[in-house]
Amino acid sequence: MENFFNALDNFFLIALPYIALFVFVIGSIWRYRSNGFKFSSLSSQFLEGRQLFWGSVPFHIGMLFLLFGHLTAFLLPRATLLWNGHPVRLIILEVTAFIFGIAVLIGIVNLLYRRITNPRISIVTTKMDYAIIALLLVQVVSGLWVAYNFRWGSSWFASVLSPYLWSVFALQPDVAAVSAMPWVVKFHIVGAYLTVLLIPFSRMVHFLVPPIDYIWRPYQQVIWYWDNRKVRAPTTPWSLKRPKNN
Amino acid sequence: MDVRSQISMVFHLDKCIGCHTCSIACKNIWTDRKGAEYQWWNNVETKPGTGYPTRWEDQEIYKGGWEKNNGTINLKGAGKKKGLLNIFHNPNLPVIDDYYEPFTYKYLDLIESPAMDDQPTARPVSLITGKPIDIKMGPNWDDDLSGTPDYARKDPNLHDLSPAEQEAMFQLERMAFFYLPRICNHCLNPACVASCPSGAIYKRGEDGIVLINQQVCRAWRMCVTACPYKKSYYNWHTGKSEKCILCYPRLEAGHAPACMHSCVGRIRYLGVILYDADQIENVASCDTKDIVDSQLNMLLDPFDSKVIEAAKANGVPDSTIKAAQYSPTYKFVKKWGMALPLHPEFRTLPMLFYVPPLLPVMASLSKQDTAQGDNMDPIAKFWNDGWLYDTSTENLWGTIDQARFPLKYMANLFSAGDEEKVKIVLKKLMAVRIHRRGVTVGDIPPEKVEIALREAGMDAETADEIYKLTSLAKFDDRFVIPPAHREQAIEMLEFTGDTKGSTGFGFKEQPVRGL
Repeated sequence: MENFFNALDNFFLIALPYIALFVFVIGSIWRYRSNGFKFSSLSSQFLEGRQLFWGSVPFHIGMLFLLFGHLTAFLLPRATLLWNGHPVRLIILEVTAFIFGIAVLIGIVNLLYRRITNPRISIVTTKMDYAIIALLLVQVVSGLWVAYNFRWGSSWFASVLSPYLWSVFALQPDVAAVSAMPWVVKFHIVGAYLTVLLIPFSRMVHFLVPPIDYIWRPYQQVIWYWDNRKVRAPTTPWSLKRPKNN
Repeated sequence: MDVRSQISMVFHLDKCIGCHTCSIACKNIWTDRKGAEYQWWNNVETKPGTGYPTRWEDQEIYKGGWEKNNGTINLKGAGKKKGLLNIFHNPNLPVIDDYYEPFTYKYLDLIESPAMDDQPTARPVSLITGKPIDIKMGPNWDDDLSGTPDYARKDPNLHDLSPAEQEAMFQLERMAFFYLPRICNHCLNPACVASCPSGAIYKRGEDGIVLINQQVCRAWRMCVTACPYKKSYYNWHTGKSEKCILCYPRLEAGHAPACMHSCVGRIRYLGVILYDADQIENVASCDTKDIVDSQLNMLLDPFDSKVIEAAKANGVPDSTIKAAQYSPTYKFVKKWGMALPLHPEFRTLPMLFYVPPLLPVMASLSKQDTAQGDNMDPIAKFWNDGWLYDTSTENLWGTIDQARFPLKYMANLFSAGDEEKVKIVLKKLMAVRIHRRGVTVGDIPPEKVEIALREAGMDAETADEIYKLTSLAKFDDRFVIPPAHREQAIEMLEFTGDTKGSTGFGFKEQPVRGL
């Protein structure tokens, strides 16, 4: 029996992250390069706008904060622990994160409700949409559960999970500490890997193409098929290179 | 001087009969697809009326176009700050009900219905959900409905007309309307391009056509808000925005766009106009009262040797310069000053110009004893109850001043509220008619014709030219399409054989919705 659990741990905590990362990286690149037409956030606001506000806004803002929080604890574990050194700061961080978690929960429930009850939205909903909503719902519920029952998550994440994640990235996975974690925590970790795995196959790809360059881009864009001055200059040799914008 | 060439359009509203052939030609070629059923890249509106989508001109609702604050212009409802802050939920996005829910009828029920006491009916079903719906709105829902309280009287252009003026406009006896065909304006300062967070929308350098790259669009849907003309549409099925492409595959092959080719009234003209791209920012941000003049000023004379030199230095092909010299749009817009941009106050510098309609002003109806008295024209129609239908007045331009449409209304559409601008154009239109009547019918004394022409600022030769391009113009006169230089431009579409047998231009794979 113990062997069985060991094997399970090995699969979900060692094999799965590599599978997920591999599929995520290769799959996203493949999807981006093979068919840009399918790269879209597939907004449904045009069919229904009001309910969406109470779903999309809390969901996305909460999600961004939580993603950023998890990343910080993973990338800067010492800074996180340092911040948590003072109990007031620790409580501020934990409460804020919990509130954002609740925001995500409210958002995702609203989104799911909207997708199920609005006939127009149901039409533009795929099975994969339901799958990722279900997965994210499970993730946020288990995350809130962990945050509530196993305090203080930000600290033990930084001290236990960050070394584990680093060990995975260093190709020397060490699951000893994580194996001893409560099953809900492990469940949450596995859910995270599955989410990463599904990114290239779902509408979640849109988070890979945030329009950040819009901030420094000039407002107007004019595209020329070729440099008009050059192409008509007799000294310019004919080029076989095709323009890239088509 | 940065000389560029722009394909521009002129729609002669006096000739539009409102047949919607243009809309159908466009629909059949480009938007007869799932998710695009509701899109009318070309649509024809009845004015006064609310248009499509409903009250699109009211930017207090839709927040389209640019607005000027403290000397600089910013997008009213999008842009870097507003666009990115509202990316999860765009508060100014129209929803499909602002256009209409696309529908079809269950025609098969008519045939397959079993024998019954009542006749079978074909029920309308939504093209989105497939379920039966009660149709609340459709394309051209307010077609020909001038005077109706729900449509004509809610026209946003009536905002600064006094209640009395509005009331007078909609008296049954004075009632008039005209048609306003609309396509994408392919603006020089396009708000859609500026609003696109992912940079999918761009203006083609060679001919100024504004396009949305379907591979790059990510459905941030800011262009729908930003375009004040609501000519960027969101495809709810594919999750991509689409717009009029000015039939660029046809243009590149030397054909006129489908809407223009099919135009029954031959109201549409297309040609090249050279302009100075250095001035775009200044013109777009000048005072509202100057914007029409400034926009016309940045259009360059293709016969000016300096302009030609600068154009050549900029790589504009000789063939394009030649096309600009023969351009019918250049003649209407610049040479004759007869065409005005639609809603220049949106500051996008639209390159589709309209010759405002004279028709509603040509006839006036009045009590015999009021304006005309005994001086009425012999051809005037006179009813027993004292009403008079008269197309002439003693005063040469009297019909303009006594127009059935207040000039203010036209000015709100075509000149940012400047009545003088519209009046000049209407005078020109009338002068041409007076001149031609003098020539063909001969019942107008030559002195009167001369006065009319002089006051409209033209000579008999120009009037004849205008008459010819208006009434007799052949296909090649109306559409002067510059060669696309396919010997070089074959690369524009890469090898066209690649796309043969697939679903459309630019796609080598089925355009299937994302996961």
